Amino acid sequence: MSGFRLDQGGRVDRSRRVSFSFDGATYRGFAGDTLASALLANGVMLFGRSFKYHRPRGLLGAGSEEPNALVSVSRGPGRHTPNLRATAVEIYEGLAATSQNRWPSLKTDLGAINDRLGMFLPAGFYTKTFMWPRSFWDKLYEPAIRRMAGLGEAPSEIDPDHYGAVYAHCDLLIVGAGPAGIDAALEASGTSKRVILIDEQDEPGGGALDDPALWSWLNESLKDLAAAPNVTVLSRTTAFGYYHDNFVGAVERLTDHWAEIGSGPREKLWRIRAGAVILAQGAIERPLVFAANDVPGVMLASAARTFLQRYGVAVGKSVALMAAHDSGWRDAFAHARAGVNVAAIIDVRETIDAALLAEAQALGIAVRLGHSVIEVHGRLGVKGMTVARNDGSAATRIACDALLMAGGWTPSVHLWSHSKGSFAWDEALGAYVPDRPNEKVRCVGACSGKWNFGSGIVIDALPTPRNQARIKAFVDFQNDVTAKDIHLAVREGFKSIEHIKRYTTTGMATDQGKTSNLNGLQIASQALGRPVTEVGLTTFRPPYTPQTFGALAGHAKDDLFQPTRKTPIDGWAEEHGAVFELVAQWRRARYFPQGGDDMHAAVNRECRAVRSAVGIFDASTLGKIEVVGPDAAEFLNRIYTNPWKALEPGRCRYGLLLREDGFITDDGVSARLTPDRFHLTTTTGGAARVLNTMEDYLQTEWPELDVWLTSTTEQWAVIALQGPLARQLLEPLVEGIDLAAEAFPHMAIREGTICGVPTRLFRVSFTGELGFEINVPAAYGRALWEQLMNAGAAWGITPYGTEAMHVLRAEKGFIIVGQDTDGTVTPHDAGLDWAVGKKKPDFVGKRSLARPDIVAAGRKQLVGLLTDDPAVVLEEGAQIVADPAQAIPMTMIGHVTSSYWSEALGRSIALALIEGGHQRMGEMLHVPMPGQVIRAKVSSMVFYDPQGARLHV
Amino acid sequence: MLLVHCPYCEEKRAEIEFAYAGEAHIARPLDPAAMSDEDWARYLFIRSNPRGRHHERWRHIHGCGRFFNAVRDTVTDKFEVTYKAGEPRR
Repeated sequence: MSGFRLDQGGRVDRSRRVSFSFDGATYRGFAGDTLASALLANGVMLFGRSFKYHRPRGLLGAGSEEPNALVSVSRGPGRHTPNLRATAVEIYEGLAATSQNRWPSLKTDLGAINDRLGMFLPAGFYTKTFMWPRSFWDKLYEPAIRRMAGLGEAPSEIDPDHYGAVYAHCDLLIVGAGPAGIDAALEASGTSKRVILIDEQDEPGGGALDDPALWSWLNESLKDLAAAPNVTVLSRTTAFGYYHDNFVGAVERLTDHWAEIGSGPREKLWRIRAGAVILAQGAIERPLVFAANDVPGVMLASAARTFLQRYGVAVGKSVALMAAHDSGWRDAFAHARAGVNVAAIIDVRETIDAALLAEAQALGIAVRLGHSVIEVHGRLGVKGMTVARNDGSAATRIACDALLMAGGWTPSVHLWSHSKGSFAWDEALGAYVPDRPNEKVRCVGACSGKWNFGSGIVIDALPTPRNQARIKAFVDFQNDVTAKDIHLAVREGFKSIEHIKRYTTTGMATDQGKTSNLNGLQIASQALGRPVTEVGLTTFRPPYTPQTFGALAGHAKDDLFQPTRKTPIDGWAEEHGAVFELVAQWRRARYFPQGGDDMHAAVNRECRAVRSAVGIFDASTLGKIEVVGPDAAEFLNRIYTNPWKALEPGRCRYGLLLREDGFITDDGVSARLTPDRFHLTTTTGGAARVLNTMEDYLQTEWPELDVWLTSTTEQWAVIALQGPLARQLLEPLVEGIDLAAEAFPHMAIREGTICGVPTRLFRVSFTGELGFEINVPAAYGRALWEQLMNAGAAWGITPYGTEAMHVLRAEKGFIIVGQDTDGTVTPHDAGLDWAVGKKKPDFVGKRSLARPDIVAAGRKQLVGLLTDDPAVVLEEGAQIVADPAQAIPMTMIGHVTSSYWSEALGRSIALALIEGGHQRMGEMLHVPMPGQVIRAKVSSMVFYDPQGARLHV
Repeated sequence: MLLVHCPYCEEKRAEIEFAYAGEAHIARPLDPAAMSDEDWARYLFIRSNPRGRHHERWRHIHGCGRFFNAVRDTVTDKFEVTYKAGEPRR
């Protein structure tokens, strides 16, 4: 409890007080504070508990690299955001934040027992310990681990916010608005280039925000950029991923910093395609690795200076510095000049720049060179430290309440890595720096590595006289990985950094190892006795910082997740109480309940109407393709299994479409209107795929054919009239078409008008009854439907839905491609040999029908299945066995593909794909279900009117 | 998201306008019936799957609708060239 607000300084607005709460206690800060700076100013040092050991943790950093201080912010139902970095949460009036991974409270956390048991929780602990027995994982190990080791809780309610999205195009995208990024933007501001400059913080400036000497330059520069019409500056916008061809994803946070949530989107996803990209992401200071380097109050020296100079907050009353790099000295001096006591500067180096020594002396700071911190005292906050000479001698205890670490600098190369730019190892920096670009991108400023960071040494861990195995010197703070863990991984035989990373989990937390990767690499390199460049570098992957699912989903959720396609008759069905189902993207009426019938009663009634009178069905979703041209018949002859060239105009044919591997992929009835014009139909779900396949053959295999293909699915409304009274109903409404059986036989098409509207009238049937499919231009669909309903009232016309359609077609053994077939079914397997033109020399898939495994015995074949008990309706997908007495796991010989109650037959019927099914006619098979085994006999697929007498009337 | 140059539209457009269509320059045999089972199986199933230059087909499905060929490096995921269907292998 030793941080405090300085009397002056910082960029916070001291005239605007803001009150907020953390773990239920109320605090006050200033406008411009982050949660971290405001809590520090209130003396709070303890921000969270660590992931695995539940060790008390404070702030390590001051920006988005922060690994420790993860908090949850709640602002009402559905607005709970876990795992936010306190250093990146702007405070607003009424902000309610809580700490995570502790129970019952942050100060008294029972999970901290894990810290005492640390010796039992080494690297790979979970993998080693919880391997056996396997069955314990789901019920015991995993829930226990999830309770004990974790981050914040996921929200359980639906997110009420909405999220925007925008595509942006620019000539130059600059990521990072520190001095280097701003300079790059200024340089481009006078040009004709469209420039976007984005920065993740609440105000642009980056490192300049920490340096009051640069504030006037910053003000002027931002004014110039604001005045430049070609430059867009976006704050609170994180470039989270760099994808192919200079495509960068960024999320702009719009309302999270507002005290009152407005009506606008919470966040906006920017998809930016840039002509060129400049990365100016800066650099992140590295922690030093020594015992208890995670006690709250031990932090990066640069972070302390940020709190001091940007927020006017001292991190302690008496701060000490542990340095391996000159930059930390300047941070310590800044504290001294601001009136904060600097207890000591410890530097692991034996010699140091004389100017720095002189300045320390002038500021009255005690300096120890060639020394290292070997222990930090205090548990919930730093109380002091013990330092010793690098040889371990002269251990001395020094009191302090904050300890700054200056371990050198790591260029932020995350987006460079996403863009697959290559890296070079910089020995002096002890870091990988950008080398050759893979996109139109370059790095400027600190992230390029070509930056004067000052001098320092690269050190994997501070020297200590203590037993390395007994100390916890943290490398990855967020995932609780210590130097000891990495040494253990190497001793256990891991050699590649990729494996060491996964085994120890170093660098795998939500911070993606921003502060830990290079220390981990250096330690692994030391332990392996091989240079860093031979140990490798792990790849950074998006996102740079965690992003919300909301921002990524945008408007693509709920009703807008995907379009719902509706037929012209959909509105009528809705007004008449239809129950709908989705078929592909189409919304189709499944059944029309009346007077409170359930589905079963409604479907039975609809089926009875079709078989005894007339039913009306909206078949508009059928895929339709107009095939036109002198070679249209030749083209269809090559595409479909059956012969098309001899088909007379005015006649229809059932077409079966195979893939080149011989398996059924689609089917449908198509009509020849004139010698050079066909009206094709496809399955509802297959229309786009079929058209694509046809285009493919036409464009790339047979470009010599003169044929045009046009999708007409949405141009036609299709109304099926099915039932013995269909013709009588239709007769008075149709002009120009003779409906008499001999003039207009089954599988014919005629053009004329119906109710004055031009129609392509098909005489076809998917029910086994006398039937017509009336095609009219889509805009007339609903009017015609209503006319037919009116005219049909006297005939008992009954609208039926897809469920009754399924029952009626299954009674006739008509298959549904994709339900009764699964991409491994040939025409022979499906009992459709009659639809294959044996005399045709070739068609798509023909050669494959003679492949050895297609002609082999024992293939699964489509057959009928009749349960022994006619009242039992099998479940679709149920597995079928020959011998129910067999020990589990039984040999499954097939499965049920379609199964319904047949009202016409007064019993259940089913179709099934069964090994060698055609040879099993009459055989009794078994369907094991929970609690019972159902007996069923293999039968023909055609259950109703096998002679087709009802069709040809 | 890649940018793909359509050789028919002569423009670079975003990948979402295109559909991938498998390896290129695998012509459907003119007389499948004359082929051995092995040769037919090779035509159906065997693809080169190279590490590096890959000849492949794309369709500008949400644009001009044409199929065309491309050479893309499977390691760098960069297009070397795109060209019209029917033109010789690059």
